[in-house]
Amino acid sequence: MSDIITVKNLCLWYKSVQALKSVSMTIPEKSITALIGPSGCGKSTFLKTLNRMNDLVPGVKITGEVTYDGTNIFDPGVDVNELRRNVGMVFQKPNPFPMSVYDNVAYGPRTHGITNRVRLDETVEKALRDAAIWDEVKDRLKKNALGLSGGQQQRLCIARALAVKPQVLLMDEPTSALDPISTSRIEELVLQLKENYTIITVTHNMQQAARISDMTAFFLLGELVEFGDTETLFSQPSDKRTEDYITGRFG
Amino acid sequence: MKKRLLENIVHGVFLILGLITVGCVLLITVYLVVSGIPAIREIGLTDFLFGREWEPTGDDPKYGILPFILTSVYGTAGAMVIGVPVGFFTAVFLSKAAGGKLRTAVGSAVDLLAGIPSVIYGLVGMLVLVPAIREIFDVPDGASLLAAIIVLAVMILPNIIKVSITALDAVPKEYEDASLALGATPTETFFRVSVPAAKSGIAAAVALGVGRAIGEAMAVIMVAGNVANMPSLFESVRFLTTAVASEMAYSSPGSLHREALFSIALVLFLFIMLINAALNFFLKRRKGE
Amino acid sequence: MLKGKISARRRAYILTMRVLMWASATLTAGLVLFLFVYILANGLPHVTWELLSTKPSYLEDRIGILPDILNTVYIVLATLVFVLPIGVGAAIYLTEYAKNKRVVGVIEYAAETLSGIPSIIYGLVGMLLFSNNFGTSLLAGALTLVIMNLPTVMRTAQESLKTVPQSYREGAFGLGAGKWRTVRTVVLPGCVDGIITGCILSVGRIIGESAALLFTAGFAHALNGVFEGLTSSGATLTVALYVYAKEEGEFGVAFAIAAILLILTLLINLSATLTGRYFAKRRNI
Repeated sequence: MSDIITVKNLCLWYKSVQALKSVSMTIPEKSITALIGPSGCGKSTFLKTLNRMNDLVPGVKITGEVTYDGTNIFDPGVDVNELRRNVGMVFQKPNPFPMSVYDNVAYGPRTHGITNRVRLDETVEKALRDAAIWDEVKDRLKKNALGLSGGQQQRLCIARALAVKPQVLLMDEPTSALDPISTSRIEELVLQLKENYTIITVTHNMQQAARISDMTAFFLLGELVEFGDTETLFSQPSDKRTEDYITGRFG
Repeated sequence: MKKRLLENIVHGVFLILGLITVGCVLLITVYLVVSGIPAIREIGLTDFLFGREWEPTGDDPKYGILPFILTSVYGTAGAMVIGVPVGFFTAVFLSKAAGGKLRTAVGSAVDLLAGIPSVIYGLVGMLVLVPAIREIFDVPDGASLLAAIIVLAVMILPNIIKVSITALDAVPKEYEDASLALGATPTETFFRVSVPAAKSGIAAAVALGVGRAIGEAMAVIMVAGNVANMPSLFESVRFLTTAVASEMAYSSPGSLHREALFSIALVLFLFIMLINAALNFFLKRRKGE
Repeated sequence: MLKGKISARRRAYILTMRVLMWASATLTAGLVLFLFVYILANGLPHVTWELLSTKPSYLEDRIGILPDILNTVYIVLATLVFVLPIGVGAAIYLTEYAKNKRVVGVIEYAAETLSGIPSIIYGLVGMLLFSNNFGTSLLAGALTLVIMNLPTVMRTAQESLKTVPQSYREGAFGLGAGKWRTVRTVVLPGCVDGIITGCILSVGRIIGESAALLFTAGFAHALNGVFEGLTSSGATLTVALYVYAKEEGEFGVAFAIAAILLILTLLINLSATLTGRYFAKRRNI
């Protein structure tokens, strides 16, 4: 497995508050990396830095390097839209656009210039199939996406992200707003997606991290405390704080 | 016991105050219908609505209001053609693209535009727009449908901008984040996600603008020339509103002429009711979203 | 790969939209600036003490707008005296008393309908209802304006009544206060801001109104006290502007009035913003 993202000495401030403290890690291709830690530990901030969604927050200052595909994503020459096309994102709360199922998935490809009807149809169908929701929506492609259930909406959002053919998929607690059945379907889906995509997911659910991830990173107060193979991290944590956290002593 | 009685009386008083609004609507409707119907009866509905000539004081009086209806429709449509795009893009700019200070500054300018009395628009139109149209298009008189259209377009701007901004501001940020995360630029996000998500509210803004344009009298009377011609861009014209406003003072009470003016008001009222219904439809849909 | 720029077509779309946004906003702001400068430049030189403090006289060939200023003040006061109790009362009924959803719906729909009716129609109905019964007079005009402003006052009062916390009402009831006492002592003071805002908005609308007043209040320029004034015909500033510009060609006077009206509009907007801010702050403490 080769590495797809390398993070070096990443620091981030919101105004005068330092939210990330010199974080460094390398993320292997076609794997699932889970980011865990108590709320406010910087795991979501870290995730949003990887596709530069933090750029939108006023008063943010970032130092350090994030190399994706051989390029530092903070280089002035980097096109942030191109970065986000390559590094897709799924949000905590399902957020389909108030449009039809089809238009939701077609939004990305259309934005990036695909207008050919046949190609668009193919792209939409492939994305919906990859997100394991095709069978449920194929008869209601023209219906408003807000009519779907919460779990379906989240899989639709995953399909929407897949439709622009990213290499990396960032997921920000993608199941926290869902019921257990929908959650397990998303988990299955994520495991399938690993075949073709690199997935980085934030989760507050340690069982979930243990169940699905290959690598786990534990954040605390903006610091990356421990990063390694999931099995090792959960069975033999090398840092006392990690052990305290995974055994439920705090957080 | 006494307390109970007081409570009941107070309750009754408030109920009556609440029902005054309903009473006013009924009163206005009844008055307009009752005073508008007789002339239509006498003239004949088709002759009234589709007659192309209005000469109430001639030897052989004619009471056709088609010129007024068409002028009102064309004038409103023209004002929308100019005012809606400008208002729409200004609203998107203020709601999404403009930063704090710029938004406040232009926002209060829009508020000022909304507060300026119609007669001031009429005055400026009379002294700036009308001569300008005469010069630029080399027509004998600049007081024309075009002048009215431009004045109306300016007057509906603040309505369109303010209602659209309210709708655009209400678009959840999550939609916009999702679009940005797919690699769309902010500008693409505003127009392809935020605007579609706010479309009912923007439609309501347009309906409100239509209502204001079709109902405006004073500014139009000052710039449109006020002759009962069939509408044409550089022709002096008379709207439904200005027909009523300009002749009411000269018509003698009880005459068919005055009653016909009430009938014109009734026609205008029906137009407004239609627009209100459209507006309500859009607002309901917005709540439903 | 990340350095690949977005396609020319996308860039063209983005550029077009940005240009349209900037152009529209500039046009809007420019219009306001132009109107402002143009009116003040043409109007302020004509605003003299003589203009403000006298009535028109053909003998002395002089135009004064004092009667129009007074008429405006009278009509504003007369309208508010009627519209405030009715509007606030209706709002109280809707938020505090009404249990039947249908009744609330009907009243709200009626208010919406009223706010959509053009002023020229108010003028006509006002003429039929009021002027034909007790003559063309400021009072007839004021009563017409009462109907016009009813929805505004009702809505702003309603909005602020909704912000009075439910717990205040429960607190008062818990102390054994009756409904009326609760409304009087707890609910009404809580919605002062809405009443003031409604007042300011109405004053703005009354000052700017003309079409509804032409056939109801008339256009005389006689100098009157309050009570004489209310029962006789009189032009407000806006109506006077119309008459001087359209009928008499006195553009200097028209511009002077326009400048005064513009400044009043500005002050009204400013006070609306300031009261809004003041009460928002007070609420947060």
